[in-house]
Amino acid sequence: MSDTRVAPAPASGPAPDSAKAVAPAPKSNQVLRDIMGGSVVISILAVLLALVAGGILIAVTDEDVQTASGYFFSRPGDTFQAIWVAVSGAYGALFQGSVYNFGALDFAKGIKPLTDTLTFATPLIAAGLGVGLAFRAGMFNIGGQGQMLIAAAAAGWVGYSFPLPYGLHLILAVVAGIAGGAIWGGIVGLLKARTGAHEVIVTIMLNYVAVYLVSYMLRTPGLLQAPGSNNPKTPAMLPTAVYPDLLGSSYNLHAGLLVSIAATVFVWWLLSRSSLGFKFRAVGVNPNAARVAGINVKNSYITVMLLSGGLIGIAGVAQVLGTVTTGFSSGIDAGIGFDAITVALLGRSRPWGIFVAGILFGAFKAGGFAMQAGQGIPVDIVLVVQSLIVLFIAAPPLVRAVFRLPTPGVARKKKPVKLAKAVAAK
Amino acid sequence: MSSPISEPGSVTGPGSVSGSSSVSGSGNLAVEVVDPAAVSSATQHEHPDSSNGLERTIVKSWKAPIAFGIFTLIALVLFVILGRDGVSTFRLSNDSDLIQLPAVETPTRVAGIVVTVLLLVIAIIAWLRVRANRRVPLWLTSIFGVLFLFGFLAWAAAGQTLPVPGLLVGTVSLSVPLIFGAMGGVISERVGVVNVAIEGQLLAGAFASAVIASLTGQPLLGLVAAMVAGMLVSFVLAAFAIKYFVDQVIVGVVLNVLVIGLTNFLYSQVLSKNAELLNTPPRFDRIAIPLLSEIPILGPTLFRQTIVVYLMYIAVAAVFFGLFHTKWGLRVRAVGEHPQAADTVGINVNRTRFRNVLLAGAITGFGGAYFTLVSVPSFNKEMTAGAGYIALAAVIFGQWDPIRATLAALLFGFASNLQNVLGIIGSPVPSEFMLMLPYVLTIFAVAGLVGRSRGPAASGRPYIKS
Repeated sequence: MSDTRVAPAPASGPAPDSAKAVAPAPKSNQVLRDIMGGSVVISILAVLLALVAGGILIAVTDEDVQTASGYFFSRPGDTFQAIWVAVSGAYGALFQGSVYNFGALDFAKGIKPLTDTLTFATPLIAAGLGVGLAFRAGMFNIGGQGQMLIAAAAAGWVGYSFPLPYGLHLILAVVAGIAGGAIWGGIVGLLKARTGAHEVIVTIMLNYVAVYLVSYMLRTPGLLQAPGSNNPKTPAMLPTAVYPDLLGSSYNLHAGLLVSIAATVFVWWLLSRSSLGFKFRAVGVNPNAARVAGINVKNSYITVMLLSGGLIGIAGVAQVLGTVTTGFSSGIDAGIGFDAITVALLGRSRPWGIFVAGILFGAFKAGGFAMQAGQGIPVDIVLVVQSLIVLFIAAPPLVRAVFRLPTPGVARKKKPVKLAKAVAAK
Repeated sequence: MSSPISEPGSVTGPGSVSGSSSVSGSGNLAVEVVDPAAVSSATQHEHPDSSNGLERTIVKSWKAPIAFGIFTLIALVLFVILGRDGVSTFRLSNDSDLIQLPAVETPTRVAGIVVTVLLLVIAIIAWLRVRANRRVPLWLTSIFGVLFLFGFLAWAAAGQTLPVPGLLVGTVSLSVPLIFGAMGGVISERVGVVNVAIEGQLLAGAFASAVIASLTGQPLLGLVAAMVAGMLVSFVLAAFAIKYFVDQVIVGVVLNVLVIGLTNFLYSQVLSKNAELLNTPPRFDRIAIPLLSEIPILGPTLFRQTIVVYLMYIAVAAVFFGLFHTKWGLRVRAVGEHPQAADTVGINVNRTRFRNVLLAGAITGFGGAYFTLVSVPSFNKEMTAGAGYIALAAVIFGQWDPIRATLAALLFGFASNLQNVLGIIGSPVPSEFMLMLPYVLTIFAVAGLVGRSRGPAASGRPYIKS
């Protein structure tokens, strides 16, 4: 499927590059074109493109569409009707499952999907921040899964083992989780700094090590396994260690969201207001130049991986103390470690961008399950749409070529083709 | 062009891999291709100097003796202090074999003590060598590894019978996709494109071969379909990495997610509803090669296999020969090491990269077909289960060399299979730790315990012609 997305590119790809500045355009045009070709518009269009691709996939595999297309030439209207029903049904369910349920009796029930979205977004934001922070320092942290698992194990262990007073217990469990994630991430930074080991390989390998380590602990009595049980599962968290509900017990939204928001503010402050963040960014842009300027690059690698692991640890904590408080098994990371990469890419590694991207992907998750339950469309379509979004966002020239958008900073001879037309042509 | 072709072969030959792909390699390649006549003499002068200089810089590496010491200590604790009594039996033949070998029986505790002493001797030799400013040779590490493994097996199988042929056959069958993936990875990385998408290529290959073979009833067509599917994934990787300069690791990771999403979606939506029609591929039969298949131990392991495995032998040999002894291989390595230099002598860098990434996808696709046409008779969700990432680890562990990468893949296959076998005979080690082993080994390898692992110089960097 995906190759067809790329196919139009070579035909129209060279256009923005070949167009060199000929005459200075009016200033207002320039501004408009910079906005049109800028990152925000590209991001929105990338989401749109991915949704279109997902829609095609849904339509092609829909049985009613297949039946109707069997007699396409006698009654083409039926095919389009079936496509419309399939795609609008799917995306309608996605929207109602993630933002507002119009079928609900009152506002309190109708708004529940939105709170679900925020619940799903909570770990995504934290983990996305971790990955994004590492990105800014030039490190690629694919180890979210492992860091989350270790963090979840640490927080969970504190969460169910020691009866402690309210407040203190929660804080201790959160700190334990963050420390667990930070250690697992710090190993990577340490190896990179001391031996030059490539962080991608080390993080991938540590993911597997963490999976097996945690599954071993989960099935061994006395470590993480619930006493008197044969299942590889921990006991339930003590109520003193659980994130309190934000909107009462009828909603799943928990205080982990506040932690994620605080983490976003912290990362924003770190990257744009602190000298440490400046060092990270300098190392990320050019490690050699940073070293010449007197920045200790190796220490930066270690510090940034500690912080990155700690942030991803917050996601693990949110899972065990907020979302699944009845005890967890080895699938507690729920693929968030990998989703976080896409979240960070979508947010372009900017803290608030990641925040928005996390909420978007949280919506996809919440809506995806509703879509599967309501329309029978496998939730995996969400994975396709998400990965396509990231692919398109990572390649702005491709999106510009598809929509005939101008390249920012490069003046063009011809007027850009109208956007609506390009969409229609697509 | 014959002399420059053979020259780099000797430079980057198997003997001197660790040094060759670094400083001296990139400089030489640029010179060599320019003028065949003047070059060969220039390299011969240059090469000994640079390799000596390189050795001087990495002389005192205490990593190997330290590692040997740690493992000897583990052996001491495990095999001697925690030693188990009984007799370990290694069964070397199956009942159906033509030539029957007697089973080897060793008393467990004695074997443990002997192995530990030998390990200690090797560790001391390594320590002395390093003190005398000499490197620890690879064969010493290999002997150490084999000895440790033997000691471990004897310890684990105390009072039990360990079926050696079964262990090895299982190793090969678990390694096949890894080896195909590693070959794809080697080619792709040698040409300068990091291939994290091996997982996606394998999964796409498995999916396509299952569907096409089921539809046509022809496993060979399934194999072709797997190749095409692997190439499609590679095409996307190449398009984004080479044309749009997107970070190659990012494209790779995202492609893996995309392929997982697509195959999961199509599996739930299409395949599971028409399993009879779309997901019951015919399987390849095993072909026993006459004579060779009767060699004790090796025969059943290597020569009673399906056509996919024989293709794998050919692929490994072809990639090795091609990379180091043909014009194609020279160009591939030149583009991966120093694209500017390659461009200067008229090699179209991006076209070379594009084509070879497609080739890598095709080879990896075969590995995907192995899942559905040989090991399991149907496609399942995410059935590759991270094999692509292990293949990637094998590439790095094998230092971007086809033969070493194959050996690394075999090692990983062996470790996973050992866990299966020990699970059957009742191992004293929790299975999770056996499963963890390949990954821990890779971390050690990457951290430089085994040797400096450094990839092709320009791998991961897009080539932007200025």
